[in-house]
Amino acid sequence: MSIDTKTAAKVAHLARIKVEEDALPALANEFNTILGFIEQLNEVDVEGVEPMTSVTPMRLKRREDVVTDGNMQDKILSNAPDAREGFFAVPKVVE
Amino acid sequence: MTDLNKLTLAEARDKLRAKDVTSVELTEACLSAIDKADALNAFVHKTPEIALEQAKAADARLAAGDAPSMCGLPVGIKDLFCTKGVPSQAASRILEGFTPEYESTVTSNLFEAGSVMLGKLNMDEFAMGSSNETSCYGNAVNPWRRGNDDTALTPGGSSGGSASAVAADLCLAATGTDTGGSIRQPAAFTGTVGIKPTYGRCSRWGVVAFASSLDQAGPMTKSVRDAAIMLEAMCGHDAKDSTSADIPVPDFEAMLTGDIKGKKIGIPKEYRMDGMPAEIDQLWADGRAMLKDAGAEIVDISLPHTKYALPAYYVIAPAEASSNLARYDGVRYGHRAMLEAGDGINEMYEKTRAEGFGHEVQRRVMVGTYVLSAGFYDAYYNRARKVRALIKKDFDDVFAAGIDAILTPATPSAAFGLGEMNEADPVQMYLNDVFTVTVNLAGLPGISVPTGLDQQGLPLGLQLIGRPWEEGDLLNTAYALETAAGFVAKPGEWW
Repeated sequence: MSIDTKTAAKVAHLARIKVEEDALPALANEFNTILGFIEQLNEVDVEGVEPMTSVTPMRLKRREDVVTDGNMQDKILSNAPDAREGFFAVPKVVE
Repeated sequence: MTDLNKLTLAEARDKLRAKDVTSVELTEACLSAIDKADALNAFVHKTPEIALEQAKAADARLAAGDAPSMCGLPVGIKDLFCTKGVPSQAASRILEGFTPEYESTVTSNLFEAGSVMLGKLNMDEFAMGSSNETSCYGNAVNPWRRGNDDTALTPGGSSGGSASAVAADLCLAATGTDTGGSIRQPAAFTGTVGIKPTYGRCSRWGVVAFASSLDQAGPMTKSVRDAAIMLEAMCGHDAKDSTSADIPVPDFEAMLTGDIKGKKIGIPKEYRMDGMPAEIDQLWADGRAMLKDAGAEIVDISLPHTKYALPAYYVIAPAEASSNLARYDGVRYGHRAMLEAGDGINEMYEKTRAEGFGHEVQRRVMVGTYVLSAGFYDAYYNRARKVRALIKKDFDDVFAAGIDAILTPATPSAAFGLGEMNEADPVQMYLNDVFTVTVNLAGLPGISVPTGLDQQGLPLGLQLIGRPWEEGDLLNTAYALETAAGFVAKPGEWW
């Protein structure tokens, strides 16, 4: 499995990270080094093995389906790069 | 009294209770040591006002005879922990200016136990790294040097600032976190003790997430006894972390008897790597002899899937990171890129994340995105999770056969020079975690104990791996090893 610059560009876009055109070949190379290392996993016989979902065999706890906090709009917005009138502000999303 | 900052937690606790010192005196000694140690770049946000306020409150509690376990003991906090009103940015530019409105459960627990916070500690960005060289604050520096050579060495990573600060006596102890070895490797590189508890022992709530199925917090200390004291204060069930274990926390310190007669210590043959330095091999052999002399039985064991731990880790950890780090979008907190006219929300995401994430973080997020993408999910991610199940079964099998703990080297080398790995490909840096990463994949407790010096005078550590939830027994074995090794060396103060 080898990653070309087109795939690298696609992955960068999926990850929502801007990568300049001229940086793509080096990025594809790094991916190939890492994926080459990961390829070793193909040597392992995993027939009939269940993929691990939880490292400790425990049931997740349930809790009452009730509201436990809220009414802290100012705290929620206090770290926002741009907050207006009680909302997070972002560039125009819908044309 | 001088050099109060050089005390262990246990020594300082006893002096506080005997009224030989006050918490304010201890705290001032640490604050002054911190101010003289900017060359180490360990503390990246200093909080002297909070520290002195907490120290005064601790002194009042001590005077009233109402002192909890860590009352008045000054510690440093890794920048990965959210601390209310104090910058908490995971050493990333993308969290610049972020001051949490809440306190992580681990730091809350430490404060309830009376601890004093001196400040926030340097680390690799989002805990991704093994040398503290990916930090937005610049490198943390190891107080240890190679003899008279003044080459700056890495304190390891990702908890590099924590390790450097504890080794240089800037604080009595520090918090760390460990996703693939980030407590144990820096501890080994700095002659300190670091324990990663069983997955689920410490709440992850309020700890900036890297790979949620692997992340665990733990203490980094000057002795095994201190690790027992501080771990107990940090852990406990927390309803806010659904993977937090609802089981009692024992009195770990009371379990330090030093008696390990009849304990079975496993030596895994797969950890004897090709090209392992002779010094590491010798250190390991010495450790076996020490535990045998202390009455333990040394047993050769096999953990057949060890070789596949690192490749499995470098699928699972980036996959989880790509998902966890999706939240840094420039909307709710931290950095947002300056936009040009006509830029829409996608440009905002892409520019913000390109500016805010460093190179290693970007690389891991993208690798994770790739292994989770349509068409590759089964081939990479699901296969890695199956291999992870086999790695855990390796450990389950040896513990079922009666092994109490497993002894391995902590790292494949002593601390290396900052910048020495710049030309290496990323996989070579990843090999630092070869002995530690299996423990995270299997969710087990692991501790690094300093047991010797290499020929250049740098500390080396051994790792002990325990049964799940049996940190008390593991700490006791580590205590026996520490006692036998008698490691007392300290770095010369050049900073």
